[in-house]
Amino acid sequence: MRDQYQELKCSRPDYRISVVVLLILMVCGYAAARYIGHHGHWVTGMNNQIVWGLPHVFAILLILAASGVLHIASISSVFGQQAYAPWARLSALLSICLLLGGLVVLVLDLGRPERLMVAMTHYNFKSVFAWNIFLYSGFVVVVIACLYTMFEPGMNNHIGKAGLIVFIWRLVLTSATGSIFGFLVARQFYGAAMMVPIFIVLSLVLGTAVFILLGRIVSLWGGNPIEDRLLVRLGKWMAAFVALELLLVTVFHLTNLYMAEHHGVEKFILRHGGIHTVLFWFGQILTGAIAPLVMIYLTRLGDALKGVMAASVLTIAGAIAQLYVTIIGGQAWPLELFPGKNVSSSFYDGVVASYAPSLAEFMLGVGGLALALLLIIGAMRVLPFLPDNRIHKTG
Amino acid sequence: MNSMNKSHQHDRRDKGGPHCQSLPAHGARRRRLVAGAASAAGLYAAAKGFSLVELAMAKSADQAASSLTRWGLLIDAAKCASGCDACVSGCNSEHNLEKFDRPESDPQWIRKLDLVDRQTGHASSLPMLCQHCENPPCVDVCPTGASFKRADGIVLVDKHTCIGCRYCVIACPYKARSFVHETLHNQKSYSPRGKGTVESCTFCVHRIDQDPPAGQTGRLPACVEACHADGNGAMVFGDLNDQNSAIAVRLKTRPSRQVRADLGLNTGVRYQHV
Repeated sequence: MRDQYQELKCSRPDYRISVVVLLILMVCGYAAARYIGHHGHWVTGMNNQIVWGLPHVFAILLILAASGVLHIASISSVFGQQAYAPWARLSALLSICLLLGGLVVLVLDLGRPERLMVAMTHYNFKSVFAWNIFLYSGFVVVVIACLYTMFEPGMNNHIGKAGLIVFIWRLVLTSATGSIFGFLVARQFYGAAMMVPIFIVLSLVLGTAVFILLGRIVSLWGGNPIEDRLLVRLGKWMAAFVALELLLVTVFHLTNLYMAEHHGVEKFILRHGGIHTVLFWFGQILTGAIAPLVMIYLTRLGDALKGVMAASVLTIAGAIAQLYVTIIGGQAWPLELFPGKNVSSSFYDGVVASYAPSLAEFMLGVGGLALALLLIIGAMRVLPFLPDNRIHKTG
Repeated sequence: MNSMNKSHQHDRRDKGGPHCQSLPAHGARRRRLVAGAASAAGLYAAAKGFSLVELAMAKSADQAASSLTRWGLLIDAAKCASGCDACVSGCNSEHNLEKFDRPESDPQWIRKLDLVDRQTGHASSLPMLCQHCENPPCVDVCPTGASFKRADGIVLVDKHTCIGCRYCVIACPYKARSFVHETLHNQKSYSPRGKGTVESCTFCVHRIDQDPPAGQTGRLPACVEACHADGNGAMVFGDLNDQNSAIAVRLKTRPSRQVRADLGLNTGVRYQHV
């Protein structure tokens, strides 16, 4: 029997309130972008010491989640677990919309966002950033093609092939996202190939957690919530990814600690970096890794939907902390121009850079997230992305 | 120095030519007088500063930059005084780098660094600016190719294709690039800038690309000029590829260093006595 799907038809109060709130946040995000564009970036917390700030944390968070959330579609199309197949459409939709939300934040934060066409027509192929532009736009195309094989009955035989292409594409995409930092030779905290696997696994962590939460909520709005057992099993996947990420992060820091040239930045992040140290230990490690691992593997919470959802929230919070520490903390540590010498200047050489995000840049990031969620809801209202009750019961 | 050689060759050709032999005696005396005065002026100039500054040998303004030239700058930290910021003022004034009283975001193309060795306590001071690398990381990471390197080694930003992503600012090992955070006023026509784009030292291409007046050599970057006029003559600018240039001779005969030489960027700016 062929799977049946339905559009989102919901009139629940929480749904309506969510849509209104998201619309307001999206408008606020747009207003923030216009405000920054009009006055210039000096109205943000970013400056010539910390040039990438909160908008980049939001953007990379959304982009990594977009890549990772497709893992749910890959479970059925690449790894053959058919129990997840009915949710492959939703997985692909979440992926496209989260990516678009992240890209909008990135573009609106540019110094010259109106030159988007320049970025789309002038490529320096030695730049991993240029590759990312190509990979992000190509990602949308291949995921839409994959969705076409799912929607068009005559193309269903090609779902596996399309799924494999998307699987490979997203691995390359996340590698390229990690390479943005991996290729930076100038900074003590970057310039490491380890950034690539760290970002790949972080995308799997984030994507799984996002699907557990978002998938559950929107499927609930559709009147056909994802089965608890599937989400609990996804929780196990997520915990496995969290454990792997913890291992990679540990190796990254241990490697740095072994090299004297990185001792300064490691002491900064691990011991006396203020907000960065707090976010690393309490956000990234405790909240984002230890707590979810304990909840899922060592307590009964891991076998209950609420426990898995709570662990997903903690995991996402930890991922945000990790991105903040990586992006902001990595820039805050001063450049080592003359190793062995204390350096001072009128341009803050030799001192840890400070960063206080403004409301405008926070709203820009939140606006991108709201846009992604509204796109998801809008698409679900016009196209059948959600499996119907009948399939749910037999699937 | 190169230009001086060429002008001397020109003189020799004139003297040996048939035209010279037909000149009346008083004309020949006048020529000797002029030549003597020119030689005296040349010697004076050499004594005054030619050992420190090589006046740039400018190409014709309509000529493309050539890889036969590699512009470079040598900074002698032993002559650079801690409190002196003549080079910084010269640059700010030349390019009208106005300040908005926001030191964390105000662009700086050149800045003075004060260094103190942690072990020995030895102190030194030097200017830091775009190092005009042979393998510039800023050019590598720029997604649109707005950051580019000219054939003569000068690294620039095309303000028309810079989208303001700031990746090059993060990628620069010298913190030599600045993002323009606000609307600018009273820009210089020869040094276009723009809100939302990235900028850095241009080695004053508008000066060194200029056609020099007949018989004269090209102009120097504003910082070098200011260093000699108001500072301590710590900067030598010239063509690294010209083995006879003052900068090439100095680099060949005395030890120097690149900042972050470990990165293998082969910088166009070199330092001595750091």
